[in-house]
Amino acid sequence: MDEFIEGWTARHGATRDQLLPLLHAVQEEAGYVQDAVVPLIARALNLSRADVHGVVTFYHDFRRTPAGRHVVKLCRAESCQARGGAAIEAAAAQRLGVAMGETRGDGAVSLEPVYCLGLCAVGPNALVDGRPMARIDTAALDRIAAEVAA
Amino acid sequence: MKIYVSRDMASVALGADDVAQAFADAGCEVIRTGSRGLFSIEPLVEVETADGRIGYGPVGPWDVAAVLDGSHPNRLGPVDQLSFFAGQQRFTFARCGVIDPVSLTDYAAKDGWKGLDAARALAPQAVVDAVKASGLRGRGGAGFPTGIKWQTVLDAPGAQKYIVCNADEGDSGTFADRMLMEGDPYCLIEGMAIAAHAVGGTQGYIYIRSEYPFAIYTMRLAIERAAHLIAPFTLEVREGAGAYVCGEETALLDSIEGKRGQVRAKPPLPALKGLFGQPTVINNVLSLAAVPFILAEGAEAYAAVGFGRSRGTMPVQLAGNVRHGGLYEIGFGITLGELVNDIGGGTANGRPVRAVQVGGPLGAYFPPSMFHLPFDYESFAAAGGLIGHAGITVFDDSVDMAHMARFAMEFCAAESCGKCTPCRIGSTRGVEIVDRIMAARPTPPSVMPAKAGISLPEGGAEEKRDPSLRWDDGGLSKALYSRSPARIDTSLDAQTTLLRDLCDTMKYGSLCALGGFTPYPVLSALDYFPEDFGATAPIKEAAE
Repeated sequence: MDEFIEGWTARHGATRDQLLPLLHAVQEEAGYVQDAVVPLIARALNLSRADVHGVVTFYHDFRRTPAGRHVVKLCRAESCQARGGAAIEAAAAQRLGVAMGETRGDGAVSLEPVYCLGLCAVGPNALVDGRPMARIDTAALDRIAAEVAA
Repeated sequence: MKIYVSRDMASVALGADDVAQAFADAGCEVIRTGSRGLFSIEPLVEVETADGRIGYGPVGPWDVAAVLDGSHPNRLGPVDQLSFFAGQQRFTFARCGVIDPVSLTDYAAKDGWKGLDAARALAPQAVVDAVKASGLRGRGGAGFPTGIKWQTVLDAPGAQKYIVCNADEGDSGTFADRMLMEGDPYCLIEGMAIAAHAVGGTQGYIYIRSEYPFAIYTMRLAIERAAHLIAPFTLEVREGAGAYVCGEETALLDSIEGKRGQVRAKPPLPALKGLFGQPTVINNVLSLAAVPFILAEGAEAYAAVGFGRSRGTMPVQLAGNVRHGGLYEIGFGITLGELVNDIGGGTANGRPVRAVQVGGPLGAYFPPSMFHLPFDYESFAAAGGLIGHAGITVFDDSVDMAHMARFAMEFCAAESCGKCTPCRIGSTRGVEIVDRIMAARPTPPSVMPAKAGISLPEGGAEEKRDPSLRWDDGGLSKALYSRSPARIDTSLDAQTTLLRDLCDTMKYGSLCALGGFTPYPVLSALDYFPEDFGATAPIKEAAE
């Protein structure tokens, strides 16, 4: 990881404002921002470890533990609720065998809340491994569950 | 044969990629556009014919043959002649859904860069004057006059000035920023370049939320292609990281600087000490994207439409449980009822409309009895709400408004930056109070019949909250004996009084709009839908 960070800062600079882009890059590379990387990032950008830790923990996007092999982000915001989102949320947890906000024991899937994907006229919506899906119903959940099981 | 298929994230979520692939496989030349903005006809394909572009939608990949021979039952004819589009005034979204978003040729052919050329022929002060004359106000929600903000930055001394675009569109029910960035990114780039010329900025940032991967991709590509046209001005996309509060302008600036997205105390204004402590123009996507039209067509043309002090057009977004959801750009002054019933066509499932939330998670809930409200900053403020980013989320009669009030508090608790106490602590206490109310109310009104009788007098929620009622029967002090749980008065009256008191503290004591506006959905739900909170007598009397 040290090499990766060095290479990245050589290309993009090592100023403080590069912290979020670097954290995104680290997460893209490793899947999560593990605690052991925090001191390396702090050194690379000349920040304190506490400072970097504070930023990592502030933003919902940064993971400190690995995600499941599949990530299902389900919208919980008002527009999706108006279209039956709460029932879909419960059904998704049941079909995928994992509670909202958790990763399943076997590491196959993470079910995460997201507050609005901007597809508000065609909800309930989800991002399944980065792929947007609209009008989620129980049939769509079955397809997602099958994808996860495969 | 030329076929146009949207690559907007919503269209793709509905299956547009498969449709586009099917047409490509059939030997058609497929051009990917942004979305026209009506999602009940997506995935939409448009076929270029001698009579113009003929739309078909919704269609699936299995419909290729029927579309190509013109026999498909979902033939819509020319899309811009559909009633949903014919009534619009598309100043900002004129090109969205029509052109290939990242084609410089397409953009230039549809009046692109005309505004920037006009601006560069003028002195900076003249550009600022044009924006002032247009009456353009901040489309992010606050409604602050854009020209005055620019004037402050122009007059501010500073070696380096920045142009920052707030594309952290986190409000549920809003998607206009996303659609514009995906469907007409050069329009935003042009607007930012005009702002740079007007105030003497040389570097710009577009802060886009990470939930919008398509917009991030499109904007980065567009910036790369347009770099030579906007030079010496340079632009960069910065990706958010899932913090709603970063849509607040000072939190956004801190986030770009690589810090926790915490709100700054104002003053100093960002216009004087903004990004990296330098004078900064920070505007919403829609504000900046309105500027090319103003410079190209003249401030008078923009100011000619509108209502009262709200000039120009607003891209209204119809969302939630609505039959014809999508983007409807129209001059201010159209009523809420026209938008929801006439244009939106009521709910998608045919049930009666019970409530609409206008302006995202921090906007008020209005019942149909308030549908006479004209879409205008001042009218909504007077009615105890806000137009915000002009998202309208429609709910049918199965909605439990106490649950929605709880959600508003829960959302605030999840997204609070933690800097000020009313927001950080108050939101959690708010969830607890609504929980107690929900536990104490007689029956959960899971399905309410549409009640015509709950209409309220005109004049707004402010008047109805008679302060003398907050202290009746000492409910507040009883509800506050929290050291010993057994002594808390969990009656509806006491808890409702406590909720109103908490909302008052949050509204006036919070540092920014997150904690300050969370009371809007909570109190409007309480005022307009008291029966969902146990229909306590004092509130009903107060309302009548």
